Amino acid sequence: MSDNTQHIVKSYEQELKRLAALITEMGGLVESEVNLATQAVLEGDAELATRVVESDAKVDAMERDIEAFVIRLLALRQPVAGDLRQIVAALKMTGDLERIGDYAANVAKRSKVLGQYTLPFSLAGLGHMSRLVQENLKAIVDAIGEADAEKALRVWRSDEAIDGFYNAIFRELITYMMEDPRNITPCTHLLFIAKNLERIGDHATNIAETVHYAVTGTPLAEARPKADTSPYAVVRPSTGEAE
Amino acid sequence: MTPKIAIHGLDFYYGANHALKSITLDFPERQVSALIGPSGCGKSTLLRCLNRMYDLYPGQHATGEVMMDGMNVIGPGVDVDLLRSRVGMVFQKPTPFPMSIRENIAFGVRLHERPSRAEMEERVEWSLTRAALWDEVKDRLHTPATGLSGGQQQRLCIARTIAVRPEVILFDEPTSALDPISTLKVEELIDELKRDFTIAMVTHNMQQAARVADQVAFFYLGEMVEVASATTMFTAPREKRTQDYITGRFG
Repeated sequence: MSDNTQHIVKSYEQELKRLAALITEMGGLVESEVNLATQAVLEGDAELATRVVESDAKVDAMERDIEAFVIRLLALRQPVAGDLRQIVAALKMTGDLERIGDYAANVAKRSKVLGQYTLPFSLAGLGHMSRLVQENLKAIVDAIGEADAEKALRVWRSDEAIDGFYNAIFRELITYMMEDPRNITPCTHLLFIAKNLERIGDHATNIAETVHYAVTGTPLAEARPKADTSPYAVVRPSTGEAE
Repeated sequence: MTPKIAIHGLDFYYGANHALKSITLDFPERQVSALIGPSGCGKSTLLRCLNRMYDLYPGQHATGEVMMDGMNVIGPGVDVDLLRSRVGMVFQKPTPFPMSIRENIAFGVRLHERPSRAEMEERVEWSLTRAALWDEVKDRLHTPATGLSGGQQQRLCIARTIAVRPEVILFDEPTSALDPISTLKVEELIDELKRDFTIAMVTHNMQQAARVADQVAFFYLGEMVEVASATTMFTAPREKRTQDYITGRFG
């Protein structure tokens, strides 16, 4: 995330480049985990789900590597200014990426349970939502690699749409559960899946804030856009009487 | 807050060499201001303007304003001896006089005042205490100052400087000849001294500027590129040249 001027100490320059490469690699890995996990849900592909769960160990290992590398850089290089921001940003982003990986693994596990049910409704809403989440995740991973504060800002602003989808799915699933108690198990899993995707979106916005600060040196000051109203949602069964 | 020293449009020349170009910079009262930048950037020259050290050399002159309490320090009619008692200076290498520890302190005081013996004893103890040296030397005040360690000698020089009760203290790379522990002691001392004195410090050690300074000014090729709080300077400097210098991308 540093600018293009070379560091006088070549080994330091190489370490900064290596750190950037590690974060980008981890971002790519997590991005593909989320892709596979949502595909596993939408297509009922248990084999994909297994791959996601297995690759999560690799994401965790990468987080530990990046953390150790950052601690070493802080101790040995005493970074300042843009270098300091880049290094601290890497530490924060690796935590967010690791969480995203966890959510993807959880989505994958639930997809296996879902596979045992024949759902009497479509997953189109969830499909739309997961596409948006993946777009945002891809954009933010690109923004990390390109040190692009503008792109990060766009991701940060577009999380609202994901929250909107989540609220709709939340209400939809509750309705299915009320319609037929046999839907409760798959719908509960779907609810958690949708929640996990929504949380992935939130972590993408966290990363967007980190990228913005690392690149520009100024924190994103505006209040973060939040449109998740589901904590306040009440869906009551219709009594059949006119209201 | 009113600055203790306000520099406005200061230019400085070593003969034909234009060493400082239209500098405008405030030194806030009772704060530590650090001047950083690569060799030859003008930071030490600026320090030398604050107490007219350059007066000692022919062919060097300054124009502009260096205002201290309403007086232009570099203007005509300034009592330079009085100025230097108000603006003390500590140099890179410890420069104890070849005298006893006590005399090193008393010598400077006698140039400006005629204290009684008791007053002088009190002043010696006070300045050595403020310089965090008293406990180490109180039992050998009559021994030669040159017998002290480098770090102790530098603290003696600081004691000698504050003994005449200046308002401003200039530090020109005060720890570059010292070991790390002595360096930390001097840094702690500077932090302590800023309660009573306005401090300007030139340092090549950026971590030192980060540790000690409230305000940091970056100089490059005779210009002041940027001035900011130490926090801003070392987390998010405004100028690319500043960023490149403090992160070690050019020198």
